[in-house]
Amino acid sequence: MSDFIAMRHVTKNYAGVQALKDIDFQLKRGEIHCLCGENGSGKSTLIKILSGVVKPDEGSEITIDGRVFPHLSAHEALEQGVRVIYQDLALFPNLTVKENIAFQSFSEKGSPMVSWNQVEKTARGAMSLIGLDLDLNRLTGTLPIAQQQLVEITRALIGEPKLLVLDEPTASLTRKEVNALFEVIFRLKSRGVTTMFVSHKLNEVFEIAERVTVLRDGERIGEYVPSEIDHKKLVFLMTGRKYESALPSPVDPLAPNLLEVKNLTRNGEFTDLSFTVKKGEIVGITGLLGSGRTELALAIFGMTVPDSGSLLLEGKAIKPRSNSDAKKLGIGYVPEDRLRQGVIQAQSILDNMSLTVLEKLKTTLGLLDKQKMKTDAQTWVKDLQIKIPSLDSSVKTLSGGNQQKVVLSKWLATNPKLLILDEPTIGIDVLAKNGVHDLVKKLATKGIGIILISDEIPEVLSNCHRVLVMQKGRFVHELVPGPDAERDLLENFNLS
Amino acid sequence: MTNKNPGAQLRLQRFFGQNETILLLVLLAMVTAITAVSPRFLGPENLFSILLSASYTGIFAIGFLLVLVSGGLDVSFTAVATVAQYAMGTVLLANPDISPALALLIPLLVGMALGSLNALLIHYLSAPPIIITIANLNIFFGLLQFITGGEWLNGFPEWFDHFPQTYVLSFENADGVKYGLSVIVMIWLAVAVVAGVLMHYFKAGRKLYAMGGNLEAARRAGIDILRYRIFAYGFLGFCAGLGGMVHTLITQTVVPNTLVGHEFDVVAAVVLGGASIFGGSGTVVGTVLGVGLLAVLSNALTIMKVPTYWHEVFVGAIVILSITITTLSALAARNREKKYHAQ
Repeated sequence: MSDFIAMRHVTKNYAGVQALKDIDFQLKRGEIHCLCGENGSGKSTLIKILSGVVKPDEGSEITIDGRVFPHLSAHEALEQGVRVIYQDLALFPNLTVKENIAFQSFSEKGSPMVSWNQVEKTARGAMSLIGLDLDLNRLTGTLPIAQQQLVEITRALIGEPKLLVLDEPTASLTRKEVNALFEVIFRLKSRGVTTMFVSHKLNEVFEIAERVTVLRDGERIGEYVPSEIDHKKLVFLMTGRKYESALPSPVDPLAPNLLEVKNLTRNGEFTDLSFTVKKGEIVGITGLLGSGRTELALAIFGMTVPDSGSLLLEGKAIKPRSNSDAKKLGIGYVPEDRLRQGVIQAQSILDNMSLTVLEKLKTTLGLLDKQKMKTDAQTWVKDLQIKIPSLDSSVKTLSGGNQQKVVLSKWLATNPKLLILDEPTIGIDVLAKNGVHDLVKKLATKGIGIILISDEIPEVLSNCHRVLVMQKGRFVHELVPGPDAERDLLENFNLS
Repeated sequence: MTNKNPGAQLRLQRFFGQNETILLLVLLAMVTAITAVSPRFLGPENLFSILLSASYTGIFAIGFLLVLVSGGLDVSFTAVATVAQYAMGTVLLANPDISPALALLIPLLVGMALGSLNALLIHYLSAPPIIITIANLNIFFGLLQFITGGEWLNGFPEWFDHFPQTYVLSFENADGVKYGLSVIVMIWLAVAVVAGVLMHYFKAGRKLYAMGGNLEAARRAGIDILRYRIFAYGFLGFCAGLGGMVHTLITQTVVPNTLVGHEFDVVAAVVLGGASIFGGSGTVVGTVLGVGLLAVLSNALTIMKVPTYWHEVFVGAIVILSITITTLSALAARNREKKYHAQ
């Protein structure tokens, strides 16, 4: 295989900050190439240069199919067959599937009128390339995220794409959907399309990549073949640090039960669930999206009312009927969708951290005690090692890992007995992920009971005392993490 | 219903779940009910008069729909219409011999210019459209009152006076009075047909929907946002000028405050017609039906001698009711689609 794209001496300075330092990067025709690196390592800048959105500094050189460009314009990149699918999809939710797929044809010169027959033909043709079968007249916004992503990929296939760049495509997909996506990538590969893939989920990198390029702090660390390195080595290459993840410290066998769930059922969501969480215990719940994991969490947190069964907290029956009930009882919930449900993006870090405990921050006059608010927040920032510019900066300026720590601190401020964490590290950097994991394990040693919901098997296995597997609203398996646990889950429950 | 052909069944349900179909059924039910109470209602004379009096609201509504679909908002169109009326009226009174075509062109140009100005300000200040157009409503209307001193204009040339009595279909009632389908109603329908075709069959129309659905994605798809904003707001300006002209033709006077303050009637009709206030959805057919429904309602209340302040209560209530129905039917449609696609 020859080099299809070669980037040489690519450098980019942003107002004195070097985002990329003299990078060399090659893509072979038809290969699946992963780009790995932490946030801020320069991955996005490299992608943007390749797609013509960002202009590299003088001296950079991009060769595509033997043609040399000092830099690409967005138009040239498209012409050369480069298609980028960003994490935030660029679809029109109010238009039908066929119109979204064929939308680029509306920008072509020629007749000002729309040929709906042509739109349908184009859409059908593109969908058949990846074996996709969707109702062409359905509004795109009514599709699940995974299918919307496939619509966007289908759209990218119009007009002979040669390189498909996927930026974190699996962040919001279930395992089954990830498999479907990988199948699409393999199909495209067989048609000679090159795929460049950015992901924080390293197990996926090992699963799909033929070659891996690692970036760190704007520098190219090297190019590797996945079979020659392992998970630990890759993390080391990306972060420059060795990281040993410690297992959670054992639970005191005499510790009392914190939460007892007995025969909990909510029709259509989950059936006859019974389990306990001891003080200081981390119980993992895994299973595919739609298995009822989140629904169970919402019921314990008082957001929905179960049809039958009972909940006991510290031996006393509880019936939380709202999230504020649950909060008063000492239950905290860190939702799956951090960006929309976990933090208030536009508000300051200080405001976000105080949100759950505003009643406790009152002065004798009933006004907000700004001073206490600040000192409390500073304590959390220090304890949780949150990296922030200042307490007054808005949350959206923080990286995913630090945002998640803000969410955690907000709940820790309520002094919870039980914390439910729903996919706590989704879309977070490797190192930051480990930071969150360490924090969770530390909280458990302080006697907080933790329910950790995740579909990433390594995450539950290395951080939990016990793991429950959910399928179609029922617990189908329980295990204690051990050497064979991963294989067990993989073979028996089709999880990976 | 049988389950032999779930695809066909879904299509059928989609058709009956559609806003336009529901509106049409509601409109027919209302006409039937009103006729039962007051048989005079259904007569052609009354229906033609309803259409005529709804025509300028109908024209405003189509312009407003385009802006709404593109993800914008403009509440200044009544002021734009009034400015256009004064421009036309002043020229007509100063030069009574001016050619009719030229005179009628004036309000359209004034409207397009002011509409485009809204678009430019919204684009370059990247300000929320509602703020810019509220400000411009006040500026346009305030300056107009300052310049004209709130003076009423009337006594236009003869051709202007006779224009609305140009009938496409004409009849005579029992008292020997001529009535019929005025050419003015045809102007409204022509605007509706042009806009309907534009929005569905032209790339420009589809781009407006795209902008309203996801502005950032529209930008990434290479749509010239400024150009299409000018297009949408300019078109509403055109409709404002045309609606103002039609209003003057019907009333034969130009008065400063007959249109300003009635923006909500148009907003209500368009929302009732199924357009989303957040942009990206809505159809011309729905908008025409929305205008028709409110016109029929208001006419019926008048016939039944219900005091006017009740009209406003009814308009408000019907908007809330329609949004409730839209929300519920969207929910039902979503469940239906889910069920169908799960099979």
